Amino acid sequence: MTGYLFLVILALSLAAFHVGRTTAKSFVSAQGAQLHSRPVYHGAFAAVWVGLPASVLVVLWLLFQDTIIDHLVLASLPASMTEGASASRLSLYISEIRNVASGRIFTEPSPEIRTAAERLQSWQAIARWAMVVVTVAMMVLALYLARARMAPGFRARQSFERTLDIVMIASAAVAIFVTGGIIVSLTFEAMQFFRLVPLQEFFFGLNWEPQIAIREDQVAGTGAFGAVPVFTGTLLISAIALLVAIPIGLLSAIYLVEFAGECVRGIVKPVLEILAGVPTVVYGFFAVLVVAPAIRQAGSMMGIAISPNSALAAGGVMGIMIIPFISSLSDDALRAVPQSMRDGSLALGATRAETITRVLLPAALPGIVGGILLAASRAIGETMIVVMAAGLTATLTANPLDSVTTVTVQIVTMLIGDTAFDNPKTLSAFALGLVLFVVTLYLNVAALRIVRRYREKYE
Amino acid sequence: MSGAAPTVPEPFDWSSPQAAARRRRRYAADRRLRIYGLVSVLVAVGLLGILIASLVVGGYSAFVQTHIAVEFTADPENVPAGDPTSGNYRAVITNAVQQLFPELESRSELRTAGDILSKGTANMVRNHVVANPELVGRSFTLEVPASDPFDQLNKGVIDRNLPEDRRRVSDFEIGLFESLEARGLVSTLFNWALFVNSDSRFPELAGLAGALVGSFYALLVCFLVSFPVGIAAAIYLEEFAPKNRWTDLVEVNINNLAAVPSIVFGLLGLAVFIQLFGLPRSAPLVGGLVLSLMTLPTMIIVTRAALKSIPPSVREAALGIGASRHEVILHHVLPLALPGILTGTIIGLAQALGETAPLLLIGMNAFLTTPPGGVMDPATALPTQIFIWADSPERGFVSRTSAAILVLLGFLIVMNAIAIHLRQRFERRW
Repeated sequence: MTGYLFLVILALSLAAFHVGRTTAKSFVSAQGAQLHSRPVYHGAFAAVWVGLPASVLVVLWLLFQDTIIDHLVLASLPASMTEGASASRLSLYISEIRNVASGRIFTEPSPEIRTAAERLQSWQAIARWAMVVVTVAMMVLALYLARARMAPGFRARQSFERTLDIVMIASAAVAIFVTGGIIVSLTFEAMQFFRLVPLQEFFFGLNWEPQIAIREDQVAGTGAFGAVPVFTGTLLISAIALLVAIPIGLLSAIYLVEFAGECVRGIVKPVLEILAGVPTVVYGFFAVLVVAPAIRQAGSMMGIAISPNSALAAGGVMGIMIIPFISSLSDDALRAVPQSMRDGSLALGATRAETITRVLLPAALPGIVGGILLAASRAIGETMIVVMAAGLTATLTANPLDSVTTVTVQIVTMLIGDTAFDNPKTLSAFALGLVLFVVTLYLNVAALRIVRRYREKYE
Repeated sequence: MSGAAPTVPEPFDWSSPQAAARRRRRYAADRRLRIYGLVSVLVAVGLLGILIASLVVGGYSAFVQTHIAVEFTADPENVPAGDPTSGNYRAVITNAVQQLFPELESRSELRTAGDILSKGTANMVRNHVVANPELVGRSFTLEVPASDPFDQLNKGVIDRNLPEDRRRVSDFEIGLFESLEARGLVSTLFNWALFVNSDSRFPELAGLAGALVGSFYALLVCFLVSFPVGIAAAIYLEEFAPKNRWTDLVEVNINNLAAVPSIVFGLLGLAVFIQLFGLPRSAPLVGGLVLSLMTLPTMIIVTRAALKSIPPSVREAALGIGASRHEVILHHVLPLALPGILTGTIIGLAQALGETAPLLLIGMNAFLTTPPGGVMDPATALPTQIFIWADSPERGFVSRTSAAILVLLGFLIVMNAIAIHLRQRFERRW
């Protein structure tokens, strides 16, 4: 239905384009007048007038139709059912009515629900047809108005270009809306969470056992939402990842920039790009299938008991994932050091290695540190590897052979499956998400600033 | 200022043993750093090698499937000629198994023998008979997939020499299977089910069709949203935007969004698209919208780079013969920049194809046995299907997960190859 409506909008816009263009041409042939804008702009002007408002209307209509109908249906329920009912109760009614209306009947519904479902169905039909009628009427009206404005002197090009400007500015503003949307939605849900669980409990509590309250009157905020073990677990796994990735990434960047020949670089760079392009779910599977059993076997050979989902396995594989990231950023940083500094050091008799460690690395350090900060932010926010390879229970430990959990693992486990937005368990995911967003944002901003300032120094 | 003559350092003997030792030490340090670097490079390359090798070794066997040729008889007693859909196909299969193994008598032994065939056999036979109603009352032979343990047995994953209590198939079952082998009824065919079927509880029937269709819809939505919006935003920022605080804010925002963890976009999608706008869970529409928000920064950045690479002389020439600024962009700069933009778009879409975490949060990891019919139907995507299979305990899903990963990597390689080809074919040096 909606798809056809969009096709109709498209067809009418094309028709409007044609009408506009032929009208403009007819000015030339009939009146011999000089056009201000070329006929194609008259066509584009008409098409935009017809298509754009109609598309916006349909999208808005679709977004709000369900919410409005739900409200109407709820309002039409007998007062005995809705009076004093909680929000979750009401949403239960709505989903039952919807199920009945679409024919998914599991138990015999009450007569009130049945009539409400019939009303819902008829209102939905009305809404659908109303949408079609209103949209088409609007398009015809728009075409009439656009046609009425057309004249040889009409500045169709300016009008069309103004519309283009608005569309482009709106597109650029999407970036701001997304950031704003993230901040607002995370803060909103996190506030709801902190209404149930006190702030200091979340940030300083040492016990993380999020369970849905079983009894109605159970207090959610009693000792189960202390996020410290989750944070330490995240830091432990990220630290292991960086310990793996920094030396390998940095040394390979040094080798590629300073020692390797064209041929080696031609092979290794694409390999690193492939490593960077492998989806993280693949790394996760690799961790579970290959790395974790290997580590466990190595441990049992040395007589050490290693947890099957040890932080070492998850962190190590995450390190592999980050290697290309660090190596390409260090590569850029090393390349940005002016050749004159290299030449000067070598001319004084320093060896290649001395030039690298005493001249190039200090000079490139800001860039490398920026890269490491970006890599750290990526490690903290990485999800699939830890979801598949790290543990679920939050233990407060610094032992890399133990199983720990991370912020992202907790977010995924809280929100996978069916979610209701009124218990602290699901809401805690948004609180964790907010912390994650703020920390990674801080790291990113710091890293970008360092990198930019450093780049300016040598340019 | 008196007397002390400036101390002249002793002339350094560059050929002394100390100097030579020092030189040796310094050269050794130089070699060491070089070796460390080489080792790191080899480690990185080796890790990729291990990754790919483990996937190929684990996954290649899932591209074939053990089939067993079984003769079924759709006798009218079990399958009514007028209405073949409602037939008792379990009985048809039991009879066929009895025919295969006439020596078996007890019901439990027959049931064990029947378990060699896939659990989906009844369905396959029914579909076959319904498609060919003239078969009622006749016998016909079908290649039926073997159930997972026997598939593994045939592929050698289950070692027949292990003691009986340590493997998943008993000696009796192996005996039955070997008698089928001896009669030449067992064959290993290309596993079309992997691409034709949707998900299933039974590894031998599980396929990627649903996930491929779901990923396709999600990427379609992602492309339809992020391509126009990304290009429009990039053109504005690169060509029209005044330099002020507002546009600075937009730029900072875009750079930061590119580095926000993907799971945060999932939270946004859950809170806004599903909770606020009431869009259905698990729908490729929501998945595509979330992915488009993630690819948008990439799109904007690559489009800006492509626009920047068009030399100003093109713009000036067009302006000089009277084009408006919009005409300069639409008629000259954008067409010239299009190959670069398309390359970036494909790379962005390839990233979106591999993205998993946000799709988990919006529920695209449901267990679904049919492909989605549209963008509003519940669906899985390729990476979430991999995640689901990786979590499944059955042995057969291990190789299927690897196979699914190989399929995913195959798509990524093809997309990247197209991007590289486009770049090399159409890139112009100015």
